[in-house]
Amino acid sequence: MKYEVNCERISSTLIPYLDGRASADDQRAVEAHASICPACRQRIEEYRCLSGVLDELPIIEQSAAFNARLRERIAAEPRPGWFAWLMPSPRLAFALAMLLALSVWMGKVQPPADTAVATSQSEQDFHVIKDLGVLENYDVLKGFDALSELPVAAQEQQSQTPQDQQQKDGQI
Amino acid sequence: MARSDVQLMLETKAGDDSSFELLLQRYRTPVINFLFRIVRDSATAEDLAQEVFIRVYRARESYAPSAKFTTWLFRIASNLALNRLRDSRHQQMEVSLDAPAGEEDSAMELPARELRVDQMMVERDRVKLIRCAIDSLPEKQRVAVLLHKYEEMDYVEIAKVLDCTEAALKSLLFRAYETLRVQLAPLVGGAESPAPAVSVGTGRGRAI
Repeated sequence: MKYEVNCERISSTLIPYLDGRASADDQRAVEAHASICPACRQRIEEYRCLSGVLDELPIIEQSAAFNARLRERIAAEPRPGWFAWLMPSPRLAFALAMLLALSVWMGKVQPPADTAVATSQSEQDFHVIKDLGVLENYDVLKGFDALSELPVAAQEQQSQTPQDQQQKDGQI
Repeated sequence: MARSDVQLMLETKAGDDSSFELLLQRYRTPVINFLFRIVRDSATAEDLAQEVFIRVYRARESYAPSAKFTTWLFRIASNLALNRLRDSRHQQMEVSLDAPAGEEDSAMELPARELRVDQMMVERDRVKLIRCAIDSLPEKQRVAVLLHKYEEMDYVEIAKVLDCTEAALKSLLFRAYETLRVQLAPLVGGAESPAPAVSVGTGRGRAI
């Protein structure tokens, strides 16, 4: 039973031990166990022997046509064009495309209601400004029929003395 | 001073094809042999090796030295080789399903591995025996042994190729070498066989 536990521990550290990569503690433990366990000692010897056996597999060399064929294939590969400099990264291209799409989408979104009120108010102001030239033209206002339809009291308040009217006429 | 793999790859990325040629010279033989030990056919191994290097070349534009070059290279190679094995196994299964019943019966009469091992021993074909033992390993164990023994990669690198932890890799390697020790008992002089231990290593590869 005592050996079983140690044999199990050896199993997990045997390959690093044989590679010469086991920690100093593991190395000492393996060697200590091997010195008292004939089965593990034999197993270590068999592993060392196995390494030599596996070395017997021959190395193959590539065929004479391998290099030429590979060079042909590499030469046939497309080279990056001048535009590659402009598109250094697919991520950058994606980010730019997303930014463009976002800009288009923001342009199409309806403005909120308070913005609409502000817009209509500004449109009224615009019309007033546009008609300002007409409102300031006295001749036009003078002949404006709507003024004659005003109540008399209002006309009296708005009308001025004949002298003032003459003065004004003289100025014009 | 020899330029590093990463340096050569970055120069290839910058448009210097002669740097890629140096990478080819450095890794052509290891990659072909690695593939050959998996697919067991030199023509297929060369086809796959071409594909590996073409893929590396195509990826040069987006190459970033985040991992060791060999990790990346052998990851591509092992994926391609294992996919090829699975494809050919699938084709063989389709063929065997279409085959007449008589052929299936004869396939069932194939001798057990031990008998084939004895036959090979008679023929003294040690290389075939070793290849047969490596082939008997599960895919992941086989790739682990090939990278550990023949490419002499460290544990971290192999674990990255196989996408597993270092502890899992050590366990994987132990199970693989234990299977090989049993399978190749006639050659290593294990308890499973009375044959004497033979060690005629060529000095290549890592000592396990």
